Amino acid sequence: MEDHIMSPLSRRTLLATSAAAGVGLAALSEATLATSIAGGGADAIRPFRIAFSDAELADLRRRVQATKFPERETIPELRDRPYDGQRFNQGVPLATMQKLAQYWATEYDWRKSESRLNKFPQFMTAIDGLDFHFVHVRSRHENALPMVLVHGWPGSFIELLKLVDPLVNPTAHGGTAADAFHVVIPSMAGYGFSGKPSTAGWGPERMARAFVVLMKRLGYDRFVAQGGDWGALIVDLMGIDAPPELMGIHSNMPRVVPAEIDKAAFAQAPAPAGLTGEERQAYDRIKFFYAKGLSYAQEMAVRPQTLYGIQDSPIGLAAWMLDHDSRSLELIARVFDGVPEGLTRDDVLENITMTWLTGTGVSSARLYAENKFAFFSPSANVKVPAAASVFPDEIFTVSRAWAERAYPKLIHFNRLPKGGHFAAWEQPELLIQELRTAFRSLRGAA
Amino acid sequence: MASEPSTATPRSFLAASATALGITLLATQGVPPAEAADASIRPFKVHISDQALSDMRQRIQMTRWPDRETVNDASQGAQLAKLKPLVAYWGSGYNWRRAEAKLNSYAQFITKIDGVDIHFIHVKSKHPNAMPMIISHGWPGSVFEQIKLIGPLTDPVAYGGKAEDAFDVVIPSLPGFGFSGKPTEQGWGSDRIGRAWDVLMKRIGYTQYVAQGGDWGAGIVTAMARQAPSGLRAIHTNLPAVVSNDIGAALGGAPIPAGFSPKERAAVEDFRNYLRKGGLTYLEMMGARPQAVGYGITDSPAGLAGWMLVHGGFDKWSYGADPRQSPTRDDVLDNFSLYWLTNTATSAARIYWEHRGQSLVSSTLQKTNTISVPVAITAFPDEVIRAQESWARRAFPSLIYFHEADRGGHFAMWEHPELFASELRAAFKSVRAGTRAADAR
Repeated sequence: MEDHIMSPLSRRTLLATSAAAGVGLAALSEATLATSIAGGGADAIRPFRIAFSDAELADLRRRVQATKFPERETIPELRDRPYDGQRFNQGVPLATMQKLAQYWATEYDWRKSESRLNKFPQFMTAIDGLDFHFVHVRSRHENALPMVLVHGWPGSFIELLKLVDPLVNPTAHGGTAADAFHVVIPSMAGYGFSGKPSTAGWGPERMARAFVVLMKRLGYDRFVAQGGDWGALIVDLMGIDAPPELMGIHSNMPRVVPAEIDKAAFAQAPAPAGLTGEERQAYDRIKFFYAKGLSYAQEMAVRPQTLYGIQDSPIGLAAWMLDHDSRSLELIARVFDGVPEGLTRDDVLENITMTWLTGTGVSSARLYAENKFAFFSPSANVKVPAAASVFPDEIFTVSRAWAERAYPKLIHFNRLPKGGHFAAWEQPELLIQELRTAFRSLRGAA
Repeated sequence: MASEPSTATPRSFLAASATALGITLLATQGVPPAEAADASIRPFKVHISDQALSDMRQRIQMTRWPDRETVNDASQGAQLAKLKPLVAYWGSGYNWRRAEAKLNSYAQFITKIDGVDIHFIHVKSKHPNAMPMIISHGWPGSVFEQIKLIGPLTDPVAYGGKAEDAFDVVIPSLPGFGFSGKPTEQGWGSDRIGRAWDVLMKRIGYTQYVAQGGDWGAGIVTAMARQAPSGLRAIHTNLPAVVSNDIGAALGGAPIPAGFSPKERAAVEDFRNYLRKGGLTYLEMMGARPQAVGYGITDSPAGLAGWMLVHGGFDKWSYGADPRQSPTRDDVLDNFSLYWLTNTATSAARIYWEHRGQSLVSSTLQKTNTISVPVAITAFPDEVIRAQESWARRAFPSLIYFHEADRGGHFAMWEHPELFASELRAAFKSVRAGTRAADAR
């Protein structure tokens, strides 16, 4: 058993060490990995623990310390400007990256993260030919509702972990036994400890199917699904496909923008007539994103293999991940300025370090190349009951009217006072309350 | 070395000491001693420290690679199986000192213009009536693109030309590129660089000159033609702004304008496909967030190489598999090394940010109809957009020369320097007669 658990890790260790020695990696194929863990049958669920070697951690620290930085951006930070998503117009400011590097190399302790992460029961199982890593925590409450939660980019399973205990153990976190969930948090294909697809074809729709397989394999034949970012698309696709086991979905990035509105914003057209005040505001945000914020996604969508720099440079990876959406970048810049926020420096670096150590910078980027769906606008109506939580600093906000169109069985809609793209990571209490409320009406049916 | 100006030293120092926690050193950049009105031209020689070179080699050898791309072509970017041997050679057999010797075999100078140090190569022809020409590179190029052009231009007799074909050449490094200074404030786009180039030519003593450019160099010479400083006799470009609004609409999916010949239609269709496959996404990326992509390509030589090889100009490049191909493997690595050793990956990327939302090839945005300075164009068949003569005539009322070369692409002068030189001789022939007449008056 132990060698089964360790083999992916020792492979990773070997990879990193041989990279440090300048040795080619191609010979160590995914096939080697697959053969070494195929022992327990195709559907086997194997326990998993994270254990990176000291050599890998030393290599990372050495690289961070040896970082060659560019000079400061040519536009100074607009200090009198509100944090409105337009503060860092050339990308992540040098000052933020230097503070992050300093903290990463001197104070941040991956071993603490590792032992924290290993407190969550983790498993691996092969689905559709690819290994999936997941966290699985069952509630002691017998009527707990099973829920699969799906992360996004540049997040990982880590961004969802603050939800786990309050969801499975609600009585210790202000809830009642009737609020309990069984929680399953998979890592997407090419992310974290899941396998890296070596051929094209692992798009969101295939993951939507894989996660239904996962839930059934765990014995859950009635469950709900939750997601933000890529996870929002994946749970929408699950809801469009509507397998009988899926009772409902919840999205904290509801992709319900009407297609014609989305198209107009993409074309940078003036706001269409007939929008309400809040829809007009949403329209302006989407338009801003398409004008100024889309390039990272386009880059990964068309040329993921160009990003060798994020695989070879920890600071390159960190900057690439920080520059996701302008408001979360501003939030993280404030965090490294010492301003208390929903995220801590350790939160941010835990996710980046995990991405570095698993070598998943480029493999995670490839999901953009696989995707054929709009980010903000539905490809079809979600057939199952659906719930939406709208966080004010998300890339875009939506109106209830839009949500009702894309989610004909809208069971919950709420606007939250605080929080952004990483709602589960940044404002877990708010999201937990949302999930309890959103799915309350479905519980009887479980 | 006394002749070695201080600009080389901080850079070498910077690159070397980045190995330590290279965080605070950057503050020393871009703050040269106060010499605001200094118009001196200082001789310059390149000398990168051994330490900076061993640091580069060490980083290359420690490259951490991603897995192979999930497709069997270059559609996702530079293919792992091609990039790895190139980078392995960069870290072992490749010798920067040869590149340095190549640069140092030409007279190089630095002079401050508009607050930024400008590095340039200056080679005078031995022929007395040589025409002065300033040649501007682009991204991801550098003065290394143009070195092979120097001989044929300055010494035409040795390359099948005549003495009256001779040029004096001035080859500057763009601000933020190579050994030029890095702007510390925004505003260094084509217009400002164009004005600086006129200052440079006049500071050298050329009152009558021509200007040449492709890629960003094309934007710069087009800006110069708009500005029409006295003495600018003509420009030549190999990336002309010939995309009219109707062609632009066709590139976006509208019908191709009626009356286009099959050849013109094919040029539109090919460029449209190129765009649809994301051929200019690198441009959007650097235009929007140069600091996002900048950190990785500043800290990783392989990252820098992978990022630069995404440019369409490298689509037919064999990674050295064909040793007769120009640029050779060493030529390309000279260029990458120059970006690395001068730490200019991010500062160079910012030229896209300066021009975000503008198109180099749009005749409307480049206001080509306002240009009265004579314009000469050579169209190369493998350029990402094949300029058509009818488009050029429509865009440039002052067109004096248009020719389609039978071979060559985006890096035409790097690929076929003698062909390129013969284009420049032909392009400016009519202007020369006028220059002499003007000089005689």
